[in-house]
Amino acid sequence: MRVVVDYDLCESNALCMAAAPEVFEVRDDDFLYVLQDEPPEELRAKVEDAVRRCPKQAITIEG
Amino acid sequence: MGLKRVVIVGASLAGLRAAEELRTQGHLGTITMVGDEPHRPYDRPPLSKQVLAGKKPPESTALHGAGGSLDELALDWRLGESATGLDLGDRTVLLGGGERLAYDGLVIATGAAPKRLPGTDHLDGVHTLRTLDDCQAIRAALVASPRRVAVVGAGFIGAEVAATCRGLGIEVSLIEALPVPLERGLGHAMGAVVADLHRDHGVDVRLGVGVVLIEGSDRVERVRLTDGSVLDVDLVVVGIGVGPNTGWLEGSGLTLDNGVLCDATCLAAPGVVAAGDVARWPNRRFDEVMRVEHWDNAIAMGTHAARTLLAGPAGAESYEPVPWFWSDQYDRKIQLAGRAGPDDTVEVVSGRVTDRKFVALYGRNGTVVGVLGMNQPAKVMKLRSLVEDGARWEQALEVARG
Repeated sequence: MRVVVDYDLCESNALCMAAAPEVFEVRDDDFLYVLQDEPPEELRAKVEDAVRRCPKQAITIEG
Repeated sequence: MGLKRVVIVGASLAGLRAAEELRTQGHLGTITMVGDEPHRPYDRPPLSKQVLAGKKPPESTALHGAGGSLDELALDWRLGESATGLDLGDRTVLLGGGERLAYDGLVIATGAAPKRLPGTDHLDGVHTLRTLDDCQAIRAALVASPRRVAVVGAGFIGAEVAATCRGLGIEVSLIEALPVPLERGLGHAMGAVVADLHRDHGVDVRLGVGVVLIEGSDRVERVRLTDGSVLDVDLVVVGIGVGPNTGWLEGSGLTLDNGVLCDATCLAAPGVVAAGDVARWPNRRFDEVMRVEHWDNAIAMGTHAARTLLAGPAGAESYEPVPWFWSDQYDRKIQLAGRAGPDDTVEVVSGRVTDRKFVALYGRNGTVVGVLGMNQPAKVMKLRSLVEDGARWEQALEVARG
């Protein structure tokens, strides 16, 4: 599974961080940092939740 | 799994996320999705912002799944059709066209409809904003360069529409019967900050006044207010709240009380769940029966309701979210995690209100109940756990200021 963020859409709402903090971090500069581009399979449910919760539909999962 | 046929009424965000969760959890049976609009599910927040401003095309609001497509969900669509009745005994949903859909599991996600100002139906130029079609009608009116727009109601929709109009260089009067904008969502003190934000951007903010009459021959021409003032306008956008779409459920046997009343697990009757704006349920975390009209709740509750349906009454878990919403106005992002009541204590813990970049906590009975941020998304999300944990007020202040 590969996590792809469209930074043109991302507005750092930080919902992804709440859903999957292992993968997404919005830092105090209010930019989103993807901590793991290819998170392990056991995080899939959390990452999918992050995809669903993103107000900008900026996250997609490949694979 | 005992469910073969699931019917979802409401081709909405909540309905779609319920469908997605059913498939994720392995439901192989049919999912029929009924929607009274001709469109597949779409995202409503941009309708008062980017799409209304013309910065994004209407098509950009189409919702997709985690894999990028809705087709993989194999939904059986009934678009442009309204549900008109529910027979709980026979387990069937009646559609306006006469079709009867039998179900083993039913998800009610019919949302809510905007309240209208009485006596304005004969006038062109008076709009509410809920659907894509509403948005396009208002967009067309904005493109026609109105002299002034009256926005009636300074809730989220009204405040965002006012901001969008100012972004287009259009004169706006924002009219609110309560003393401050967003009072219901943010309380008085922070609502006052939002009033200042709109004044900063040149909005004619009229607070504590109501509309007496909207006048015009065919089209709106004037708005008369309770303080005696008269505004010459070409367009009125009314955002005075919504009511849950439960008309089709009258007499069905479901308990309708400002929404479909559910138990703590989102179950409204055997085999029937409800989610999103239309649903009311006891949120045990806050010891409050709530109906939440936020975008994020449509997702979380749609997902939860689907799980409840699959789990059955014995295995269902209670739905106890910390509500969250955001509102973009001008270049400010307002976010609230938790609940904000009119009598809560409010304390700014980071940044400054005058900079329009700050975080504030809401406290009630010695406990933190909400975190509000303006242009502080990371901090809001980090401090949300204080609400989740039900942190004591003094301790929350200490953490937030740390």
